[in-house]
Amino acid sequence: MAPILDISKLQKSYGATHVLKDINVQIDEGDFLVLVGPSGCGKSTLLNCIAGLEPITGGSIHIGGRDMTHVSPKDRDIAMVFQSYALYPTMSVAKNITFGMKVRGVDQATQEAKLADVARQLQIEKLLNRRPGQLSGGQRQRVAMGRALVRDPKLFLFDEPLSNLDAKLRVEMRSEIKKLHHSMNASIVYVTHDQIEAMTLATKIVVLKDGVVQQIGSPSEIYNKPANLFVADFMGSPAMNLIPARAEPEGGATRIEIDREGAAPIILHDPHASGLPRDIILGLRPEDIAEAGFRAGEDVQEAQCLVDMVEPAGADTYVMSRLGGTGVTARLHAETIARPGEQMTLAFDLGKVSYFEPGTGTRLN
Amino acid sequence: MTKWLENHLPKMVLAPSFIAVLIFVYGFIAWTAWVSLTRSKLLPRYEIDGFIQYDRLFDSPRWDTAFGNLFIFGGLFIGICMVLGLALAILLDQHIRVEGAIRTIYLYPMALSMIVTGTAWKWILNPGLGLEAMVQGWGYPNFSFDWLVDPDMAIYTVVLAGVWQSSGFVMALFLAGLRSVDGEIIKAAQVDGIPTWRIYSAIIIPSMAPIFLSAFIVLAHLAIKAFDLVIALTGGGPGYATDLPATYMYAMAFSRGDIGQAASSAMVMMAVVFAIVVPYLYSELRVRND
Amino acid sequence: MTDVTATHAPAQAVRPARSWGKTALRWILYIVLGLFALWYLMPLFVMLTTSIKTLEEIRTGSLIALPRDATLEPWAKAWSGACTGIQCEGLRPFFWNSVILAVPSVLISTVIGALNGYVIAQWRFKGANIIFALMLFGCFIPFQVVLLPMARMLGLMGIAGTIPGLMFVHIIYGLGFTTLFFRNYYVTIPSELVKAAKVDGAGFLRIFVSIFLPLSLPIVVVSVIWQFTQIWNDFLFGVSFSSAGTQPVTVALNNIVNSTTGVKEYNVDMAAAIIAALPTLLVYVVAGKYFIRGLTAGSVKG
Repeated sequence: MAPILDISKLQKSYGATHVLKDINVQIDEGDFLVLVGPSGCGKSTLLNCIAGLEPITGGSIHIGGRDMTHVSPKDRDIAMVFQSYALYPTMSVAKNITFGMKVRGVDQATQEAKLADVARQLQIEKLLNRRPGQLSGGQRQRVAMGRALVRDPKLFLFDEPLSNLDAKLRVEMRSEIKKLHHSMNASIVYVTHDQIEAMTLATKIVVLKDGVVQQIGSPSEIYNKPANLFVADFMGSPAMNLIPARAEPEGGATRIEIDREGAAPIILHDPHASGLPRDIILGLRPEDIAEAGFRAGEDVQEAQCLVDMVEPAGADTYVMSRLGGTGVTARLHAETIARPGEQMTLAFDLGKVSYFEPGTGTRLN
Repeated sequence: MTKWLENHLPKMVLAPSFIAVLIFVYGFIAWTAWVSLTRSKLLPRYEIDGFIQYDRLFDSPRWDTAFGNLFIFGGLFIGICMVLGLALAILLDQHIRVEGAIRTIYLYPMALSMIVTGTAWKWILNPGLGLEAMVQGWGYPNFSFDWLVDPDMAIYTVVLAGVWQSSGFVMALFLAGLRSVDGEIIKAAQVDGIPTWRIYSAIIIPSMAPIFLSAFIVLAHLAIKAFDLVIALTGGGPGYATDLPATYMYAMAFSRGDIGQAASSAMVMMAVVFAIVVPYLYSELRVRND
Repeated sequence: MTDVTATHAPAQAVRPARSWGKTALRWILYIVLGLFALWYLMPLFVMLTTSIKTLEEIRTGSLIALPRDATLEPWAKAWSGACTGIQCEGLRPFFWNSVILAVPSVLISTVIGALNGYVIAQWRFKGANIIFALMLFGCFIPFQVVLLPMARMLGLMGIAGTIPGLMFVHIIYGLGFTTLFFRNYYVTIPSELVKAAKVDGAGFLRIFVSIFLPLSLPIVVVSVIWQFTQIWNDFLFGVSFSSAGTQPVTVALNNIVNSTTGVKEYNVDMAAAIIAALPTLLVYVVAGKYFIRGLTAGSVKG
């Protein structure tokens, strides 16, 4: 089956500024694709290009197997939810939802049936006669989704739809979007700068930076095997520890040396790694550094570290130390005995380690 | 075809206005500029003959008076309107109970035609029956206020009527500016125990620089265009004493049949406006495009 | 009054000695504001009282005295009998000239301005900003610079000295301001609205009519009031481009006041001046808020 969305060799520039460079992405029916990256990375522009709201400079866009590269937005069989919701301020909620059908000349009976359907699904039946100005942020968000759902399109586009909501509502709406995705088996392209949203919602993530795709993969691939330093640093909170280190071949394995101030270097042995250059960046997520004795496994190795700071966060306690000239965060259990200024033994799970080339930032293992 | 139409409709909608502006503003300015370089009299002629009209213009004592009056009138009109407008705005900003009513009273002259304003002040300043006669009637027989018919003073009556008409507007501009200053800064200053007049002079007024500029531009623009007010109040008289470039241009164009002079005086007016407005528009638009 | 001050300067509440001076200052403040109110009102008051005095009373009485026996005759004469040069039909025909002139000019320039503003604010294309700058500058030119060529152009078009000719002039030179009003208003509307409507399948005109027009009432009012005030109060175009029967009310008023035939009738002059001012005064009283917004829209950043 042809992919529902096929972006091939897409280029976009404003004059001499290239905002999107050689983008190639495919998704299948039912996929939830999240475009994530820092602000200014081109993710919203890419979404606007998919919608046809911005003309593209090169390449092609196919939706549902049809070439849509030069088709206007209304004929692309898409629906879009905007960051500001973009509800028509002078129309009632019902009119907002049916406006698209009215423009397309759908008959009154069908309009009403579909409206009732969507209103029930989103539990906004009681709001239908209100104006957008009379709604709360969460209600507006629902109406904006309703306007998209009623179209029943091949592809849904979401442009940072949750960024204007407060934290609690955001979590609620997030799971609601996820439920909708499951129940409708909808194909979705979703833009966000929030990596947690990306992780929780996506079946496929595209990480963008400066208009260039950094990595495409499932959430677990992106999280566990980041393709470069940027992805490693951007995805995950607290961020992955990226520790400068030296690697030396040691038979079939690798000996890794991490400098620290005022003490001998930490020496670790990675039996799986080989062929690493001398200077590397070692990447290890905070949860892969544990208190000694609390992490088992053949690749777990221990070392004494000086605790700089302890941050209890309820379920976990974060412990900061300094290794390789940089701050390192370990995520320990809540009852840890760690005290600032004291030495403690930490367990490093090298089964989860990532190695990067310091210059180019690309992944080595 | 429909796609082409959809893509080009916005441009097609804007095109007629754009063409109209090109012809009726820029084309016409060019025409006037061209004619100002010819020996046109009753009818326009199109053979360029250098700056002869400008030479005549600056040799003419009547233009001399008119151009000088522009600066007397413009300077006083702008200056007094600004000072009075700012003062009234600050006074009105002191939590006045009937602020709405007072504002309405101060501003209503702006709704009047300059012709009406001129007519009213012409009557009030009429030496035989107006203010002068009234004060004399109060028992001051030697009181004299005959600026309207005094060639040296008549231009100041134009200033008086102009200020009466426009100062309320400046007040409204400044009042809006005073109100737009961040309230937290003022509260912080009050908590610090800074006296009210210092809050105004050191915090609020300096932050209103853009409003001063706007008020200046609007007033300068009104001053240069002032035509109706002079016509209604003094008719340019006594003699040519209250002529402004605008009335000079009109007289040359429509009663003297001297199109060359009319065109050259219009171009000088244009140059004055240009010198004031272009830097302003440039900065405004540049900021907006960022 | 004092309690208002107290809330703003709580420190002073504990020092009653100061509050005496405060009260005095407050009184001075109100007196100054009141005197200025009188100065702004005085000409209107003088016009009104003069317009209902007899000529005899004007000659003998004081400028600001109230009329002893009020008469409406000057008003009747100003409306339908005063001489504007050789004609003696009062202001009436010219008043209607102004109405016939103003109404279509206001509507047409507002509609075109709305469309222009919509395009410039929401359908940006290359060069749109330059076009806007060129139009904006057109608001600021001294109209003397276009008087001569416009007189010839109206002649060429065969509408010199007619009301349609004057209408044409007012529409052309009003476009800059109406475009500015609508552009500055529409630019504050998020562009996502247009995007959403495009995805919904609506086109250029549909989006304007269904989404932007219903939002536009406040700025339409501003534009209509501004244009109406400008056109009604205009004198320069009126005196330059009209002929004997087509003059607008301001030109007729000036002719009445300066007509040299017969006795100088100040009461009739004043009545005529008030009649000429009434429509715009009425607009100001009814919709002052929008009037001020129009005045400031052109000068303060939108």
